[in-house]
Amino acid sequence: MDYATLLQILDSTLRLATPLLLACLAGLFSERSGIFDIGLEGKMLMAAMCTGAAAYLSGSVWVGVLAGIAGSMVLAAIHGLASITFRGNQLISGVALNFIASGITVLAAQSLFRQGGRTPPLSGDARFNPIELPFAESAHAIPIIGPFYAEVLSGHTILVYIGLLCVPLTWWALFRTRFGLRLRAVGENPASVDTAGVSVIRLRFAAVAITGILCGLAGAYMAAGLQAGFGKEMTAGRGYIALAALIFAKWRPWYALMATLLFGFFQALALRPDVITRLFHFSIPVPALDAMPYILTVVVLAGFVGRAIPPRAGGEPYVKER
Amino acid sequence: MRMSTDDNWERSMTLMHTFLGAAATLALTSGAALADPAIIYDLGGKFDKSFNEAAFNGAEKWKAETGGSYKELEMQSEAQREQALRRLAETGANPVVMTGFAFGDVLNKVAPDFPDTKFAIIDMVVDQPNVKSVVFTEEQGSYLVGMMAAMASKTGTVGFIGGMDIPLIRKFACGYAEGVKAANPDATIVANMTGTTPAAWNDPVKGAELAKAQKSQGADVIYAAAGGTGIGVLQAAADEGILSIGVDSNQNYLHPGQVLTSMVKRVDNSVYEAFSEGPDMTTGINVMDLKAGGVDYALDDNNKALVTPEMQAAVDEAKAKIEAGEITVHDYMSDETCPALTF
Repeated sequence: MDYATLLQILDSTLRLATPLLLACLAGLFSERSGIFDIGLEGKMLMAAMCTGAAAYLSGSVWVGVLAGIAGSMVLAAIHGLASITFRGNQLISGVALNFIASGITVLAAQSLFRQGGRTPPLSGDARFNPIELPFAESAHAIPIIGPFYAEVLSGHTILVYIGLLCVPLTWWALFRTRFGLRLRAVGENPASVDTAGVSVIRLRFAAVAITGILCGLAGAYMAAGLQAGFGKEMTAGRGYIALAALIFAKWRPWYALMATLLFGFFQALALRPDVITRLFHFSIPVPALDAMPYILTVVVLAGFVGRAIPPRAGGEPYVKER
Repeated sequence: MRMSTDDNWERSMTLMHTFLGAAATLALTSGAALADPAIIYDLGGKFDKSFNEAAFNGAEKWKAETGGSYKELEMQSEAQREQALRRLAETGANPVVMTGFAFGDVLNKVAPDFPDTKFAIIDMVVDQPNVKSVVFTEEQGSYLVGMMAAMASKTGTVGFIGGMDIPLIRKFACGYAEGVKAANPDATIVANMTGTTPAAWNDPVKGAELAKAQKSQGADVIYAAAGGTGIGVLQAAADEGILSIGVDSNQNYLHPGQVLTSMVKRVDNSVYEAFSEGPDMTTGINVMDLKAGGVDYALDDNNKALVTPEMQAAVDEAKAKIEAGEITVHDYMSDETCPALTF
């Protein structure tokens, strides 16, 4: 495999990993606060539809992003209401929201545009255009690092960079701020947080809201960055892969970056079966590569690579002692 | 006392008979009155801008011309197939048309249970007395667009992106590869499938990434036979400044000047024909080939500038030869091999 091919695969990796990363960080906030969220997929789908529709109608991608975040937040709020306020089963609420999103996105897009549950194609300012990082052109002169900078890091849409920035931000917010400490505590032992006089309900709602925002960005990236519009079921299971990545990352932000990049890499590699054949002199079936994220997650869950311990209070609604 | 109970019982029985009889008559008349045709769209959805949408257009054409009405159903999941088919047959719809090879097994099971209903299946052969099997010679149409791809390519490398990896899609790929080789024997063909599950018909993001990956391998014309995923392929090709080829419906208009052509499969004509024939539809295998106008390449205002006179002359010549039987395009589904392409 020559360097140019590797760069192309890494470039593709970054594009494919971004929606996973944003969704994975979204899940991280929610689950760290003790709210399991199966509904990442549904929120991304909702955001993708809202982004596609609003960006087309307004002609501005940023209006689209805001609409996408709003759409995702609505689902997040319902999830919060069901699982925090009414102490319902978090898994069931998440699954239900996925079904709702799957149907309502197509219904809304169909009634708005009559194009069969698709939003009209976006062009110009209605979608994200690639950004050339400074000195990308001249960087080619520097061996190895130069082309890497110019081909892999440069030339993505802004949400890719925002996604990457979200990793240190998440780390900082969770591990270096008072809010983060409380958020983590509320996922481990909500009673102690409550005893300290901090509202468990409010913290968890805050976490779920952040989940909504991040899923909104993930969906917006798919509809206006990777694609030019929303299509039925266009998330194609990426919300579930993000969940797998979250477990693989053991609920940690930097690990989440590694996990999603790795999963993205497998997806990108699956697009180039010729490279694998040339490299190993035998062909690996593409479906096997597609299944890798799930296989790796099972390996991690089985405890081969350290133990993946979920937040202790995860999945349990908090009931104040009477 | 006893007398009166018997009397009551008898009377109620008579009443029941009357009711039952009436209900039966009602059912029969409603069956006759509701002999509307019906269509079931496969996964991928009615508006996939491709295969199913072509079927929909055919049904709409029939509706506009005859003023009749028809029933329609969109599949949402694999599990619905049999139920959907039975439900439509039970309502008295006749004929029942379904799009997609995936109905094959189910129809084989359901058709004998409704001997008075005619079924038409597109893209699959089902050997039942009341079934019309419409198959297209996609390899011939793909051959033509393959020739155009090879002639339009500057790099000598062209791409193919299929949806779900099934023999039917390999048939597209194989015909395409033969066409490419016919126009340029030294050409390289990069072929990828999107996936192995029905989700592969609806993943435009992966389609776009595949197109970009193929471009990095040198491909500058990409043929997408992938349903909704193809929208992503065409989009990515337009973004990357390379050419694409649409499928099933004429997709030239999606990106004017950037879609070289479309391999049109006249599913609309078949649906229209089946609807027009009504309950008297002829059954058996109906092969829609190049000669019968079942497949073709699309030429309109959107791609006129891309198709050079030489290209058109070469393709029309090949078309005439295929129709005359001088060129035979290999059908992947006949022996599951492809001389021009390895998968």
